[in-house]
Amino acid sequence: MPTPPVHSDLLPRLLLGEPLGAVLDGLWGLAIVLFVFLPAISAIGFLAIWAERKVAGRLQHRHGPNRVGPLGLLQSLADGIKLASKEDLTPARADVWLFRLAPYLAFPPVFAAFIAIPFGPDWAFEPSLSAGLFWMLAILGVEVIGVILAGWASNNKWSMYGAMREACQLISYEIPLGVSILVVVVSAGTLDLRLLAWQQASSIVKWNIFHDPFSLVAFFVFFTASLASNKRAPFDLPESDSELVAGYHTEYSGLRFSLFYLAEYAAMFVMGAVMTALYLGGWADPLGLLARRYELAAAVPASWELVALNVIATGIFAVKTSTIVFIQMWVRWTLPRPRIDQVLHACLKVMMPAALSLLLASSLWVLLVGRESLVQRVTETILAAGGVAFLLAIFGYCGLAFVQGRSSQYRLGTHPWQSNLPGGGL
Amino acid sequence: MTLGLHHFLFLGAILFACGIVTVLIKRHAIGILMGVELMLNAANLNLVAFDHYTGTAPHGQTFALFVIVIAAAEAAVALAIFMNFHNNFASIDVDRGSELRG
Amino acid sequence: MDVALFYALAALVVAGAIGVVTGRHIVRMAIQLLAALLGVAGLYVLLAAEFIAAAQLVIYVGGTLVLIIFGVMLTARSGTSVLRPSRAEAIVAAVAGLALLTVLCVAIGSTSFPHVIVPRPADAVAPLGGALLNQYLFPFELASLLLLAVMLGAAYLARPLQRRPR
Repeated sequence: MPTPPVHSDLLPRLLLGEPLGAVLDGLWGLAIVLFVFLPAISAIGFLAIWAERKVAGRLQHRHGPNRVGPLGLLQSLADGIKLASKEDLTPARADVWLFRLAPYLAFPPVFAAFIAIPFGPDWAFEPSLSAGLFWMLAILGVEVIGVILAGWASNNKWSMYGAMREACQLISYEIPLGVSILVVVVSAGTLDLRLLAWQQASSIVKWNIFHDPFSLVAFFVFFTASLASNKRAPFDLPESDSELVAGYHTEYSGLRFSLFYLAEYAAMFVMGAVMTALYLGGWADPLGLLARRYELAAAVPASWELVALNVIATGIFAVKTSTIVFIQMWVRWTLPRPRIDQVLHACLKVMMPAALSLLLASSLWVLLVGRESLVQRVTETILAAGGVAFLLAIFGYCGLAFVQGRSSQYRLGTHPWQSNLPGGGL
Repeated sequence: MTLGLHHFLFLGAILFACGIVTVLIKRHAIGILMGVELMLNAANLNLVAFDHYTGTAPHGQTFALFVIVIAAAEAAVALAIFMNFHNNFASIDVDRGSELRG
Repeated sequence: MDVALFYALAALVVAGAIGVVTGRHIVRMAIQLLAALLGVAGLYVLLAAEFIAAAQLVIYVGGTLVLIIFGVMLTARSGTSVLRPSRAEAIVAAVAGLALLTVLCVAIGSTSFPHVIVPRPADAVAPLGGALLNQYLFPFELASLLLLAVMLGAAYLARPLQRRPR
C-alpha cells in the first residue's frame, strides 16, 4: 500500500496550532533527543539490567533481586548510585587520555542508532534516512574502536586479550549480520526502516519473516549474528567472566564502567528493534487494525487520535522488542560458552556460507516467484500459520509450566513432573 | 549565507594539504598510511560535493564509493607490507629501510 | 542551520587532521584520524549522500581504521618510543604543504563554478544502485576481483616468517 505522509511535529502542531518553522523544527528534534530519548534509553538500561538479573535468577532456580523496591525494581538504581560513588581509578602507566575516551566511543554509537528506528507511523525521525538500515549497521561498527581502545589503554595483558578477541569476533560477525539483513532488503526493495514497517503493516501474513522460507532461516542467522555482535553469551568471550576477569573493561570502575554496561543493554535493545522492524512487522499488530485506523485518521495534519495511535504503535513495538530481548537473555543463561576458534569457525565456515546462499536463494525467489503471485501468497500464509502455531505452542507450554509450578503439589515435590529422587526436582 | 560548493572545496584543500604534510613528515610507516587516508578523504569530499552542487548525480557518489573500497584494499596491502618490514628490520621506522639490500 | 552544521563538522575534521599531522603518539593519531573520518561522514550526510556516509563509517571506520589500530598494536615495541623528524625535514614539509594549500585556495577562489540547485532526492540509494549496475558494471566487477587479489596478496605478505636454521 502507498505510505501515508508523515505528520511531522505532531505534538507541537496540536499544542501551538500551526506548523513550525525550520529552526524550531530542528530545536524540537533536539529537545526530543535530549528529553525523551536519553531518559528513555537510561530507563531501558535500568529495566534491562533488572530483567536480566531476574531472568537469570528464575532460570537458576533462585529469586533474583527482591530487596530493593517492589520486586527488586530499584536494584539498578542502587547499583547506579554505588557505581557513581566509586573512586575514579586510572591504571598506572596507562594512557590517561585514551583510557578516558574509550567509554565515550563505545556508548554514543549505540545511542545514535536509535534515531533510525521507526517507533510509530509518525514517530520516526523526519527526514527519514533513506539508507536507515545501513546507517544503523554502520554506526554500530564504531563501537569496535571503543572496545579495542579500552583494552589497549588499560595497559593490562588480559584487557588486551579481551579486546583482540572482541575485535576479531565483531568484525567477523558483521558479515552474516549484514548479509542476513540483505535477504530482507532484497525482498522488500528498500533500506528505509519506515517504509519497511509500512510494508508489513497490513497483516501478520505480510511480515517479512514469513515472506519465504529463506527469510525465516535468515531471521535465525541474524539473531545469532546479533548475539555475537553484541558480545552476549554464548559469544561473550570478550568479557568472559570466568577467564579474563572482565575482559576489555577490567580496569574500568565506577561511572566509566556503567557506560559500557549501559551500552551493552542499549545495543541489545537496538538489535531487538532492528529485528522487530525488519522481520516481525515493526509497530503493526498482527491483524493490521492499527494501520487501517491510521489511514482513516491520516487525512488531518494533526489530531489527538493520531497521537493515541502512535502511542499504541510504540507500545506494540516495545512489546515485540522486549520479547526478543527476553529471548536473548534466556539464551545467555542456558548455553555454555565456546572457545574463540569455535566462535570464528562458526562464523566463517557455517554462518557466512549459509547467509550468502540464503541471499542467493532469496534473490532467485523474488525474481522467479514475484511479489503478488499465487505461490507467494500461499507460501506466506502457510509460513504465517506455522509460525503462529509454533509461537502459541511455545507460550502455551511455558504458561502451562508456570501454572503447574505454582501449584501446592509442586511445592511439596509430589507433582508428576518431579522425580522420586531425594531432593525432588526435575 | 547559504552553503556553497566552495565551502567544501576549501575544506578539501585543507585536508589534502594536511595529508601531504603527514606523508612527508612522519617516520612511522603507519603514520604515512594515515596521511594517505587523509588525502583520499579530501578527494572523496570534493567528488561528493561536486556531485551535489552540479547536476551530475550519481556519478560523483559512485566514484566516491569506489575510492572508499579501493582505499580499504590499499590499507590492507600496506599493512601487510609494514608487517613484513617490521619482521625484517625489527623497527617500523621507514628511515631504516634506506638500503636496497634486503 | 546548514551552515552552522557545516562549520561544526569542518572544525571536527580540521582538528582531527591537524592532530594527525602534529601527533607524536601513534595511537592518539589514530583516534584523531577517527575524528576526521567521522566529521567527513557527517559532511556527506549534509551533501545528501547518506549511503556514502554509511559506507564511509562501515568501511573506513569499522574496517580500515580497525586494521590500522591492529597494525599499530602488532608493530609496537616499547610503546613509548617517539619517532620525530629532523628539523630540516619538518620545515621543508611545512613549506611544501603551505605552498600547495595556497595554490589550491587561489585556484578555488578564482574559479566561478556553475551553481545548480539540485533538490534533495527522496531516495539516496536507488540512483546509486542503478548507476552501479548499469553504467559502472565493469568497474564494479573489477573491484571485486581487485579485492580478491588484495586478500590473497595480504595473506601471503603477512605470513609468519620461517625461522632460518642456524
